[in-house]
Amino acid sequence: MSNPKPTMIEVRELAKTFVLHARGATIPVFADIGFDVDAGECLVLAGPSGIGKSTLLRSLYANYRPQRGSIRVRHGGGWVDLAAAQPHEVLDVRRRAIGYVSQFLRVIPRVTTRDLVAEPLVALGLDADVARARAEALLLRLNIPAPLWSLPPATFSGGEQQRVNLARVFVVDYPIYLLDEPTASLDAENRAIVVALLVEARNRGAAMVGIFHDREVRAEVGTRTLDLADLQRAA
Amino acid sequence: MTEPLLRVENLAKRFGATLACADVSFVLRPGEVLGIVGESGAGKTTLLRCLAGQLRPTAGRVLYRTRHEGEVDVYAIAEPARRLLLRTDWGIVHQNPRDGLRLEVSAGGNVGERLMAVGARHYGKIRNEVSDWLTRVELDPARIDQYPETFSGGMQQRVQIARNLVTKPRLLFLDEPTGGLDVSVQATLLDLLRSLVGSLGIAAVLVTHDLGVVRLLAHRLVVMKDGRIVEHGLTDQVLDDPQHPYTQLLVSSILPV
Repeated sequence: MSNPKPTMIEVRELAKTFVLHARGATIPVFADIGFDVDAGECLVLAGPSGIGKSTLLRSLYANYRPQRGSIRVRHGGGWVDLAAAQPHEVLDVRRRAIGYVSQFLRVIPRVTTRDLVAEPLVALGLDADVARARAEALLLRLNIPAPLWSLPPATFSGGEQQRVNLARVFVVDYPIYLLDEPTASLDAENRAIVVALLVEARNRGAAMVGIFHDREVRAEVGTRTLDLADLQRAA
Repeated sequence: MTEPLLRVENLAKRFGATLACADVSFVLRPGEVLGIVGESGAGKTTLLRCLAGQLRPTAGRVLYRTRHEGEVDVYAIAEPARRLLLRTDWGIVHQNPRDGLRLEVSAGGNVGERLMAVGARHYGKIRNEVSDWLTRVELDPARIDQYPETFSGGMQQRVQIARNLVTKPRLLFLDEPTGGLDVSVQATLLDLLRSLVGSLGIAAVLVTHDLGVVRLLAHRLVVMKDGRIVEHGLTDQVLDDPQHPYTQLLVSSILPV
């Protein structure tokens, strides 16, 4: 407890290969990745398009299943290896420890923007009205106009959907955030708002791993870089 | 972590020389929704009927943790005990609402008789609770005395859902609950099921061939082919990173909207 910057994520010897049976193809993405991420730092995943940045990020969320290696995350006073955990353990880690901002918002038919954003808090047992109030405060901060809150976000613009997606994740103070191009379709004004939100979470002590194509965002939010191209050359 | 509500061990069902399903094992925890997917004829509905106490398996066991008597073997207990389980702790939503409703009884009667089966006797209270449930499934409570025949397919399905949820079951079996309905009606039903199952903490086994439906409702997924489980995992893992050749084929066959 004395360490103010404890390690939150510990990845060792991680390997991921896609086997496409219909085409008889085997596509190795990475073979031996290892790194740590501490509380309060933001690790930037770098490298050219197609090198496997998103695949690594999805593996850290246990969305993709690696062939080998371990992904240990600090959770509930102990460690959980997401590469070996039971499904209900993974769900619990996702509910309480890891927020993942995907590139695209997954809209749920008929669910309003307000309820979509409040949902992760309700899943944690928070009262629905309290959760909605916190959702509204964050939507306001992220520049989503109040008249839109009662609508499902299906018809929103790309930038609006992306900010709803961010709100749905950042409405919970997770100890870990995974960010897949969180500012990709935002204009300068909204990008600045999102950067401020990310920096605030990082300064509060959240551990982050992110993919940022925007150089300014990378400079302001990132604290360290992992270049997947270097790893591949070394391998 | 809470103990499993349902445990299935090496379940198999044969019809004569035909193998409908085999080697099926999994556990289901309270509040968990398990999706079973696979093409027609993969053995999904047969498996669901075996799980739900409606079709005795040829081999294997279905173990259910009851509220007061610990874990019971669903097919080792006496028929009346099994029927009681079905009326109180479990619910079954059939693809065709006509299989799950009594057509000669009013909509309100269909919902209310489940309450009476668990001991409710006060007419006014039953009627109020039924009215409340019709509202919750977005039906006009003024139609409480009308017969299912006068309802559309989507509305009948909502009566069936109310009938099954009114006794607050711990485990729900859903067989293609949105099959054969308009997409807009499907969305309404899915939203209803999602919020009701989520807020009541009900565990469910959901059989469907619609991968969009499981994406929305199921925490975990089991993929069946020729009566056997070929892949299982969290829903998003199976759909986003399918490993088995058959799952890859299934996922890549979805038409994008």
